[in-house]
Amino acid sequence: MIRVLGVVTMVVACVVFAGFLGLAVWQISGAPAPVNLPGLLAENLEASGVEHPVTAVLLNFRSYDTLLEIGVLVIAGIAGISMARTTSLEDPDLRTSDSLLYALQRWFVPLMLLLAGYLLWAGSDRPGGAFQAGAVLAASGVMMRLGGIPMDFLRPGMLLRLGLALGFTVFLLVAVASALAGEAFLAYPEGFAKPLILAIETVLTFSIAMVLLALFVSAPVNRAQEPEEGERG
Amino acid sequence: MSTQLLYAFAGVALCGIGLFGFIRLDHLLRKLLAFNLMGSGVFLVMVGLAQRGGEPDPVPQALVLTGIVVAIAATALAVVLIRRYYHLSGRTTLAAPGPERKSTTKPAADREGAEV
Repeated sequence: MIRVLGVVTMVVACVVFAGFLGLAVWQISGAPAPVNLPGLLAENLEASGVEHPVTAVLLNFRSYDTLLEIGVLVIAGIAGISMARTTSLEDPDLRTSDSLLYALQRWFVPLMLLLAGYLLWAGSDRPGGAFQAGAVLAASGVMMRLGGIPMDFLRPGMLLRLGLALGFTVFLLVAVASALAGEAFLAYPEGFAKPLILAIETVLTFSIAMVLLALFVSAPVNRAQEPEEGERG
Repeated sequence: MSTQLLYAFAGVALCGIGLFGFIRLDHLLRKLLAFNLMGSGVFLVMVGLAQRGGEPDPVPQALVLTGIVVAIAATALAVVLIRRYYHLSGRTTLAAPGPERKSTTKPAADREGAEV
């Protein structure tokens, strides 16, 4: 009886929460926009160095967000790695001997690497960019890992540290350098916006892929005779 | 009802469902999924509401893109933490197993040697 009452209370609380949220959404949708953001963006798109508005917002107008975001990612990656047991990286139990996976891998990995490169380049004038490219790169890494292809750079060491920190470091260096050169923090100097954004996007792609892959690899692995999670209880 | 309101209200519904799951479910992985559902609802509200007059607004889209990446990293970290917690305690829930609650604790004999 108490249990049922508890569930009913929870349902009522959630419905009330959703109701208030819906009311807020309804009121916001009726109110006129205080600032015409798309208009402002379209006026200043020329100065941003890229043609796609979302990329312009991400890496020029609000690059602070992106800088902090890659910082969060690096911290998450470091925290995840610090909990890994390094022996699990070479655990032979992890490798699958699925012939379908091997066959798919031969076709997919080069294609996915190509796609990641395309997405990175496409970000300047159409949907795409560092995050999409990084996600595809990380996915191909996951596939290679499942197939048992040795990836030595994922072992804790110099390469892993470099790969994790590269994006954040380059981004921060550009920001500080532009601040020292007399511009505002994170303001690109005149004429250098496009090459700088491209360089930052490239290193961001590598770092994002590295963080995601490291987090995938670092989940502690059960021993073979141990029951998997969820099999009991 | 216009399209943007439809999207926004779908996001609100997702938020409500996610909140219910987050409170109600015991298993940590399910809690994590429910929390992600709430996050997806917020993203949907932001992207859905921001398309005034049929034109999508790139600024909220960029913010949501940032949010998605952070959410993925945070989810992966949470999974790592949950698996670590399972290894150390043998439990998949945070609540201490009471007498009337169904216990998810593994027998002590099984747990020996699971963690070095």
